[in-house]
Amino acid sequence: MSETVLTVDNVSVKYRLTEQKVDNLKEYIIRFLKHQLNYKEFLALDGVSFTVEKGDRLAILGSNGAGKSTLLKVVAGVLKASEGEISHEGNIVPLLELGAGFDPQYSGAENIFLYGSMLGYSKDFIQSKFDEIVEFADLGQFINVPVKNYSSGMRARLGFSIATIVEPDILILDEVLSVGDAAFKKKSEKKIMDMFDKGTTVLFVSHNEDQVKKLCTKGIVLDHGKMIYSGSAEEALNKYLKK
Amino acid sequence: MKLFFEDFKKYRYFLLQLVKKEIKLKYRSSYLGVIWTLLEPLLTMLVLTAVFTKLFSRNAVDDYPVYILTGRLMFSFFSQSTTQALKSVRNHSGMIKKVYVPKYMYPAASVLSNYIMFLISLIVLAIVIIVRGIRPTFYIFQAIIPLVTVLIFSLGVGMLLSTVAVFFRDLEYLWGVATMIVMYASAIFYNVESVSTKANEWMFRFNPVYAVITNFRAAIFGRPMDGFLAWYSAGVALASLALGAIVFSKNQDKFILHL
Repeated sequence: MSETVLTVDNVSVKYRLTEQKVDNLKEYIIRFLKHQLNYKEFLALDGVSFTVEKGDRLAILGSNGAGKSTLLKVVAGVLKASEGEISHEGNIVPLLELGAGFDPQYSGAENIFLYGSMLGYSKDFIQSKFDEIVEFADLGQFINVPVKNYSSGMRARLGFSIATIVEPDILILDEVLSVGDAAFKKKSEKKIMDMFDKGTTVLFVSHNEDQVKKLCTKGIVLDHGKMIYSGSAEEALNKYLKK
Repeated sequence: MKLFFEDFKKYRYFLLQLVKKEIKLKYRSSYLGVIWTLLEPLLTMLVLTAVFTKLFSRNAVDDYPVYILTGRLMFSFFSQSTTQALKSVRNHSGMIKKVYVPKYMYPAASVLSNYIMFLISLIVLAIVIIVRGIRPTFYIFQAIIPLVTVLIFSLGVGMLLSTVAVFFRDLEYLWGVATMIVMYASAIFYNVESVSTKANEWMFRFNPVYAVITNFRAAIFGRPMDGFLAWYSAGVALASLALGAIVFSKNQDKFILHL
């Protein structure tokens, strides 16, 4: 039970903050000539290192802007670290902002294929799971309606249903334990709990103390991009609350 | 490199989905749907033929409607695919910010979806060729060379444009002007011999779009290809693909910070 599945080694992410966003050529040239192309550098993550072992449920704690979401994005592979290395084994399923990859003009059914393929699933796999996804999302006849006409809850339900159709080795949760209405909340929580029981490795960002206490085995605390604590979940929670 | 192929294999279905999406959505709320791919070039051919044979004196050696159609089909593939590729990374910013996929798939899907529609629209060319009584010769098989060349060239240019467009939004407007220049320099509706002089000869000789159009026409009208133009355009196409791929892969990690 000590197989390392995720290694985050001395990861830093540097953002360039311009005071005004220069995104056209004219402005760029003018500013370049006037020597006004000043960037403020901002370290969203500063030398963060930790490892996660198989079956760990890691809570990532920190106040707003501490770098939690940046860390999740780096682990999910969306954002590339400026320095440091990340390596992982198995497939990662990020449940971040569900349904963000949907095409609004596409119907729900078409989006299942689009979004599923985006997560790297094969055609056969999506086809074989199609009914299961539709049933779990429980959208009724709305499955053939363009997603632009969906409510935000319906979007999230469809996104959740597609993303959780595989059994992930590493699950990334950004406070999305509850989406949709009361009935769907129950259903989605149950699905996640089932994954937890099966020993899925979880990275979990939350501000909810009870959830962290109940669910997580380990914890890290971030503060202004630096990791200030790494250890048990309970201790991490104390550190975070005291701060 | 090995990683590249593994990634491609894993996400090839996504590429297919993107291509499908672009074709599907283009004609979603039109009655005639994909028939427009055939109808639109046919209608512009009729307009151009009417304008240039009735209003201006024509002096093309080849059959004029076929001459126009070959040039226009190929040029509009180039201009539409590159223009769409240019916007592709920006248009998919929502996806890029949330889920990891190989990013070159966005411009590639724009070019490929346009290529498929271009190939479909060649049906209309075949019909016009038959109607105009042109007998295809063995040279028709040479058409494959300009057809492949223009695809590679558009992929390269599209990747390059999509990268730069992330950092500079005004490229979209500049490229609109640039494609217009390319159009007038590609001899789509006039005959080169009638306008070329010593001073402007280079404009045709070194324009890769003109090169592929000329060789495509040669294949249709049953003439051997121009050797220099074939080698030159193939060279430019491969160079542009290499350049586009390098610039794209060097900058793709920065996209997310600018979208």
